Formats: sequence, C-alpha cells, structure tokens
Amino acid sequence: MSGERGWEIDCIDLVELVTGYLEGALDEEQHVTIEAHLRLCDGCHTYVEQMRETVNILGHLPLHAAQDLPDQIRRQLLAAFRAQRPR
Amino acid sequence: MLRVARGFVSTEASAQEVVQDTWLGVIRGLASFEERSSLRTWVFRILVNIAKTRGVREQRTTPLSCLAADEGTGPTVDPSRFRDLHDPEWPGHWTPAGTPRRWDTDPEAGILRGEIRDLVSAAVEALPPRQKEVVVLRDVQGLDSEEVCELLRMTAGNQRVLLHRGRAKVRAALEVYYSREIA
Repeated sequence: MSGERGWEIDCIDLVELVTGYLEGALDEEQHVTIEAHLRLCDGCHTYVEQMRETVNILGHLPLHAAQDLPDQIRRQLLAAFRAQRPR
Repeated sequence: MLRVARGFVSTEASAQEVVQDTWLGVIRGLASFEERSSLRTWVFRILVNIAKTRGVREQRTTPLSCLAADEGTGPTVDPSRFRDLHDPEWPGHWTPAGTPRRWDTDPEAGILRGEIRDLVSAAVEALPPRQKEVVVLRDVQGLDSEEVCELLRMTAGNQRVLLHRGRAKVRAALEVYYSREIA
C-alpha cells in the first residue's frame, strides 16, 4: 500500500520539492508521499542524498572572514574602533 | 560578507566599501545593540541595509516581484533526464542514463578536499544574485530561514525557491565533478 503511495509523485516533480522536503516545509500529505517514493526509487533517493551532501559541503566552505578586507581598509577600521573605545 | 555584499552592488570595490561601512556601523552601533537578535543577524542586517541603499544608487537591485527568469522559474534538473509524460511505463521517471549516480565521496578525508572547495565556491559565485544571497546566508553562514527572510525581507516561500534553485545548481556542479572522476 505504501508502495502505491510512492508512485503518486513522479521523479520529475519530486526533484523540485527536495528543499521543501528537507526544510520540513511541505504538508503532511506531500511529505508522506515523498518518503514512500524515496523508499522505492533509487534515483530520487540518490538525488536527495546529493542535495544533503551539497548543503553539507556548502557549510564547510571557509568564511573568509579575515581575508574579506584589504589591508588598508582593515587598518582604517582598527583605527576607527580604537577611537570609539571608552577610555 | 563580501560575497553577500557583492550580490547587491555592481563592482568588487563597491562591495568592499559596503563591508567597510558595515564594520563602521557595527562599531558605532555596538553600544546600542540590544540582544533581541543574535549579534550575527544584527551585523548582517546592517550589511544588507547598506548594500541595498548602495545598490539602489547603482540602479542594480531587482524587486523580488520581478525576479529574473533564471532566478525563479523553470526546471532545476535537465528534463531530458526523465522519461516523457506519455511514456507507457514510467512517465516522468528517471531514464536509465539520466538517473543520478552515487558520488564517490570520501568520508575518511574528513576535511573538504581543496579541489571540491574551489569548485563549490566557484559554483556559488556563478549563481544569480538573489540565489547567491540566500545560499550564502543559509548554507555557508548558517543563518536559519527566519533570519534570512527577515534580513532580505522576503517571504518564506520565495526564500525556499531561491535556496532550492541555488542548491540545485551547486549540486549539478558537484555531479559533473564526480562523474568526471569516475570516467
């Protein structure tokens, strides 16, 4: 029965709902249908895993916080910061 | 921050000035910062406000209501990877050749391989501006969806569309990389 349920959605439509699915933003009905589909369909299962992996990799990109600013600007900012500091 | 700023303004130099002004704003405002939002959200709000003001001056901001076509519509996966809708057996399902192949990720590597990092950075840089903002704030900076909606003043639905489209493009870039590696 859950097998039938899984075929209520086509792969071509499922791939557009992956982010909604991962965010928990779909309605209960859609969510259950997608879970059932993923149990049956290797292609979609792999696709969803790859979207997860993509998010994971994005989360490991360096933030470049320190390299954000050219040296001269960083010096100006430090000067501004020191000037602001209560003595 | 530079990456976020770059989404709003037209040049790298302009984006650097936005980041600089943001820090100045942070320094000036720090005394009045109330802990109603996280410090990070607060800093990004200043950044986005400055970047937007500047972007308007540079005539480059796009109102959300008219997202460029490549930002908001169309399939995120090449339709030729699916059987057509009149297929007698499996309409709308992956074709054998179109089915995603598992990636040979290396869990033991632990830290991200430099190659992959560069590839994903480049893919993010290549995203259309609105998608880039959302992907960077959500996935790279790790803000939650509520924070991002508030910062960029967009609905949860719009944010999700942009996030989905941006992630799908980054995934596609990784797919090309991994399939080349197998071949």
